[in-house]
Amino acid sequence: MESGIFHTTYNKDMALRRTPIMRWRIILAVIFLVILPFVSNGYSLTLANQIGIAAIAAIGLNILTGFTGQISLGTGGFMAIGAYTSGILAAYMGIPWWLTIPFACVVTAVVGSIFGIPSLRLKGLYLAIATLAAQEIIQWAIVRSPLGTDALVVPPIKIFGTSLTKLRIAGFGGIDFWFYWIIFLSLGGVILFTVNLFRTKVGRAFIAIRDQDIAAEVMGVNLFRYKLLSFATSSLVIGLGGAILAQYRGIVNYERFTIEASIFYLAVIIIGGLGSVSGSVYGAIFMVLIPAILNNIGRALGSTAPEIARLVPFARQAVFGLTIILFLVFEPEGLAKIWRDIKDYFRLWPFSY
Amino acid sequence: MARGFSHVLNSSPLQPGDLQLEIDNVFLAFGGVQALSGVSLEVKQSEIAAIIGPNGAGKTSLLNCVSGLYHPQDGEIRFYNGRPHTLTSLKSYQIAQLGVARSFQNIELFKHMSVLDNLMLGRHVHLKSNIFSGGLYWGRAQREEVENRKFLEDIIDLLEIEAIRKQAVGTLSYGLQKRVELGRALAIQPSLLILDEPMAGMNSEEKEDMARFILDVNEEHGVTIIIIEHDMGVVMDISDHIAVLDFGVKIGDGTPDEVQRDPAVIQAYLGDDHGAL
Repeated sequence: MESGIFHTTYNKDMALRRTPIMRWRIILAVIFLVILPFVSNGYSLTLANQIGIAAIAAIGLNILTGFTGQISLGTGGFMAIGAYTSGILAAYMGIPWWLTIPFACVVTAVVGSIFGIPSLRLKGLYLAIATLAAQEIIQWAIVRSPLGTDALVVPPIKIFGTSLTKLRIAGFGGIDFWFYWIIFLSLGGVILFTVNLFRTKVGRAFIAIRDQDIAAEVMGVNLFRYKLLSFATSSLVIGLGGAILAQYRGIVNYERFTIEASIFYLAVIIIGGLGSVSGSVYGAIFMVLIPAILNNIGRALGSTAPEIARLVPFARQAVFGLTIILFLVFEPEGLAKIWRDIKDYFRLWPFSY
Repeated sequence: MARGFSHVLNSSPLQPGDLQLEIDNVFLAFGGVQALSGVSLEVKQSEIAAIIGPNGAGKTSLLNCVSGLYHPQDGEIRFYNGRPHTLTSLKSYQIAQLGVARSFQNIELFKHMSVLDNLMLGRHVHLKSNIFSGGLYWGRAQREEVENRKFLEDIIDLLEIEAIRKQAVGTLSYGLQKRVELGRALAIQPSLLILDEPMAGMNSEEKEDMARFILDVNEEHGVTIIIIEHDMGVVMDISDHIAVLDFGVKIGDGTPDEVQRDPAVIQAYLGDDHGAL
């Protein structure tokens, strides 16, 4: 606790941003995010949007795996449910895009809770295999259905009758520009919701289940109910990510939601920090930017050293694997912990003892 | 200095001396091992009942039956809380909702949570916010958190753990963790408090502190306590009534004086061939 800051009410002591520096940090971050789309080019906006969607899904997975301690390999499948629900509702039922998203969230939450039922009996690796089954079942169902043969085309979004791709205000526009706002407002909402959740009854029960499930039950937590609730909440957020992705891409195909996606999101939360909302965001930034940076290096080398450039796509997988191993060995609590250490260093400086 | 407890810690509607817990002929076996063979025990409101016995006597198994972690093959456990409840047919979390709280022999705290959050989890059965009001942290959810924080501050004050209230439990010393675990059980506002070896592994000073807290909770607030403890000095000093288990059978039951003189108890503890106690 910083010296010189005294709280006189429990309300202030329990606030999320307790000190002026915390408040300033968040204000600066918001200002940066608001300015970003006006000054950046299309490529960086696309990256920003990818990060935003990845962060939403990663927070969803973190609710289940990082906070409740239930390992899940079904993220890709749950995202697919969200994406296909939103896409189908928009393409075949003519429901407006903004209405398909909450629908998709609810459907994903229901599917997620169904696949969460084994969690009452299964723990750890066994549960991981059960959720892997969820992933495979969902993927199988999509591939075998009429949707499996062709990609699902989502009708372009319209606002006030104008297609989003054509809508321009003061020279700013384009699908990436408009979706930036949708994605980051959603991400902001998800972050606020999750952070608040974990300082109230339900979220605390989730963490208690992770840390010591027997003790949680003896203190009055209905394990089955809360585990299902965690699966539902987690899938709801993952479904939101999937639905936004479907609307943003305008096209849904199951190749984006395979087991590789599930592992990608596990890597995001491990690198970012298990059980940390901000960590999920840091992890998403890291995992989206690393391949982009490697691609750029490859392109830059392409003209001068084509032999090396040809190796870069392979190096990508190796760098991924290497970073995950390095994080597991040196900083199992992820980027969130590194950021916390940096903050602590400056907070305590120059008397860091 | 303690500023006094401004909330009701004991949620039992019974009068001191009323029958509160009735363990009736409980049998529990794990495979071929008979852990409990027909154990019966009565605990009255506002008393401190101790369960003693050699290692492996079935003490913890008996308490696990009371808190619903084990389900006895035969026998019933009844709990009176204004109305009678059959604990043997309830789940652990339902038993907690009736106001039966407990601590564990090996500390079972939520290691990554702060002391305050651990205690707040003890308030779980009293909180009403749901996932939506909690996620918005608006209105009732926020009011509730603050009101219950006040309750927790009373417990923090009682247990003298003000200085560590925001620390992660995993970083605390063993003695403090035991204290926090007692606090978490108290946060439930227990009618019946079960303490499984609250003083194991403590030095004499820490034991004295813990004994003082237990007596405070019992004498000031009238909370019924069942305690398992190996330190006979403490047990004989603080308990109103002691039950002795050996190999899953109750071999003695009575006041500390009676139990100390009971030949069956002496035999269990000291063996057959003792000269004089």
